[in-house]
Amino acid sequence: MTDTNKNIAKSPSRKKKFRDTTVTLAHGSGGQAMRDLIDDIFVGSFGNPAMADLEDGVSFPIQSLAQLGDRLTFTTDSFVVDPLFFPGGDIGTLAVNGTVNDLAVSGATPLYLSCSVIVEEGLAVDSLRKVAASIQQAAEAANVQIVTGDTKVVPKGSADKLFLNTAGIGMVREGINVKSDRLQPGDAILVNGPLGDHGTAILIARGELALDTNVASDCQPLHGLVDIIINACPQVKAMRDATRGGVATVLNEFATASGVGIRLQESQVPIREEVKGVCEILGFDPLYLANEGKLVVAVPQEAAETVLAAMQSHPAGQESKIIGEVVEAAAGVVWMQTGFGSERVVDMLVGEQLPRIC
Amino acid sequence: MCLGIPGQIVELTDQENYLATVNIGGVQRQVNIACIVDEEHSPEDCVGDWVLVHVGFAMNRLDEEEAAETLDMLSQMEMVQ
Amino acid sequence: MKYIDEFRDPQKAQAVLQQIKKFSRKLDRSAQNPLKIMEVCGGHTHSIFKYGLETILPDNIELVHGPGCPVCVMPRGRLDDAIALAEMPNVIFTTYGDAMRVPGTKKSLLEAKADGADIRMVYSPLDALQIAKENPQQEVIFFGLGFETTAPSTALTILQAEREKVPNFSVFSNHVLVVPALQALLDNGELQLDGFIGPGHVSMVIGTEPYQFICDRYQKPVVVSGFEPLDILQSVWMLLQQMVSHRVEVENQYQRIVKPQGNPVAIDAMEKVFVPRESFEWRGLGEIPQSGFQLADAYSHFDAEVKFAVPHYQSQDHKACQCGKILQGILKPTDCKVFGTACTPSNPLGACMVSSEGACAAYYKYHRLSAAS
Repeated sequence: MTDTNKNIAKSPSRKKKFRDTTVTLAHGSGGQAMRDLIDDIFVGSFGNPAMADLEDGVSFPIQSLAQLGDRLTFTTDSFVVDPLFFPGGDIGTLAVNGTVNDLAVSGATPLYLSCSVIVEEGLAVDSLRKVAASIQQAAEAANVQIVTGDTKVVPKGSADKLFLNTAGIGMVREGINVKSDRLQPGDAILVNGPLGDHGTAILIARGELALDTNVASDCQPLHGLVDIIINACPQVKAMRDATRGGVATVLNEFATASGVGIRLQESQVPIREEVKGVCEILGFDPLYLANEGKLVVAVPQEAAETVLAAMQSHPAGQESKIIGEVVEAAAGVVWMQTGFGSERVVDMLVGEQLPRIC
Repeated sequence: MCLGIPGQIVELTDQENYLATVNIGGVQRQVNIACIVDEEHSPEDCVGDWVLVHVGFAMNRLDEEEAAETLDMLSQMEMVQ
Repeated sequence: MKYIDEFRDPQKAQAVLQQIKKFSRKLDRSAQNPLKIMEVCGGHTHSIFKYGLETILPDNIELVHGPGCPVCVMPRGRLDDAIALAEMPNVIFTTYGDAMRVPGTKKSLLEAKADGADIRMVYSPLDALQIAKENPQQEVIFFGLGFETTAPSTALTILQAEREKVPNFSVFSNHVLVVPALQALLDNGELQLDGFIGPGHVSMVIGTEPYQFICDRYQKPVVVSGFEPLDILQSVWMLLQQMVSHRVEVENQYQRIVKPQGNPVAIDAMEKVFVPRESFEWRGLGEIPQSGFQLADAYSHFDAEVKFAVPHYQSQDHKACQCGKILQGILKPTDCKVFGTACTPSNPLGACMVSSEGACAAYYKYHRLSAAS
């Protein structure tokens, strides 16, 4: 344990340096070992007044929240990624950005997060420390605070290394109403950049398929981009971050909820060459690959170009594209117009995509 | 069946076991090149070859002239329009 | 990507399509009595649906999706056997992802994995061999699937296992052969096909000569085709040209990959390691003589069926399932009573609904659009 974490050094609550190198069941026992672990790694890293209190709950003055909007949004998500560290991020950045993005695409300004940790006995304390630092960095970047948390240690084999759960609250500005059942024929569908980077990066990082390429996860917070979209077009209809199941799944949910058809233009869907390569090799469709920093947004047709330009002005949206439109025909169906003038259905997946040779 | 994809051999990795690295659209993978090696085409000759990759094997060399010819023929159809 | 994007060029596709339309008018065929062209290979079926080629062809040309998906044609009993092998103690069972979701009598490999069997998806049989080398205390079984395209890679892997003396590696061979299946199809009196799009990647191994009997004995033209949309359209165009000019030949559209003699190294490896089984059962088609590969005696120590007690389960296809007739192009998926009702991609009863290359699964997807619009 030679590396000193800057955040720990700053933290006023640090009593003594935590010297264990491996997480054991003792660290989940509720006793001194657990207290030391939490103090050093989590309170140290997240260091903020609410957290440092270590009370069972955290209280917010309602009035200060009410100044930010007229509705409170509350969301939760769990993170079980393998491997824990991958090009472009780790489970900690995912856990923060995932919940930040869920809040952002609901039209809310993300404010406070909880973070619960389930550790498998035997995890290197260093790994935990790295993840905690990532959580803190991601929280700073997204302008949110981790205000409460929990730590459990489970026996070896009962969990896979490390699971995180984050819940978050945010406030929705007055007049903003983002919901997946509001699509109408004529609306434009946009995405903020190349699809499938995260899914590809994880697949490569797992190493099972012995493929090698330099694609990094697109893991990033989207609250800033969402602000820009909402400012450019307060009438924005629906927004969703396209995580598991990819853009195809989000669009199918939109089409079903709104009872409309969605027609995509194949030539407009942005996909990186390397992601295409991996998909060609394994027989995958990039539309179903996971993203961790990509959103799908539906806006009225007349606002499409304005929103596109606004999105492209933001670092998280430079490669934004209008990929399709909402139509009246074929309610509940999403399909792709190919360059040949032919069409194919972009269905919901039955299960996860499996690599195929056929 | 039989998902196969063109890629280019970029490096020999294990001559004895006929292993080489292939590049497919910026993705690298080790493949077996036994099927494209014969008396007239040594493993070293394979570097730079375009091949058809299937389940980790370079199954055949891609004939670049034939590919160009097929495309030519298709272009001629375009001209007829 | 080079050698892919060029063959997906929409403008060229439109040009070929115009030519196809021109020639199709010269045929004495209507939408009610269309020209029936069978693509034998599931890879072609996949491309046809991925690029929506059926929707842009003239309506007097019908593409019939043949028995070219190796997981679709594998009888359920063989899958039950695979699951039984996977569930033996001390076994690591390795497979291509294609087989994971195929329903067996009681469960799929995916469910067997959830129940605790050590089942791992691999991209290559060489990866399976590597797992065997890394786990010398365990038996590693590779689920050998596929036609002649894939069989050489299994054969070469077994030859490598022999050279490297890897005693804990074995193969459960379900490799099947295209030519006997075509023969069986053509011998069926009910069948009405006008021509074949030949399997490009099988042909890169076996060459184009083995299809000559289709012309000689059955007077049907064959065009061996690549898998990109332009390849398939050009092959349809070449078939039409043969028909209009009353030729019956084996032609090769996929010259960039397929040589008339095939690949000698691949053929040699296959012939060394495998021998044809007397007979092999195909789901939907029944027993076909000489249509499957088993390991030759000299390599029986790598044969999972010799090494382990394989139960040899027998199981019947669902009574209402019409896969057999669909695979032969006699019925369309929509003619089947259970299509889209009892049999769907999330709950497949029959072989053709199992894989995205299966005719029924593909129809199910496409017909949602045409039914809704």
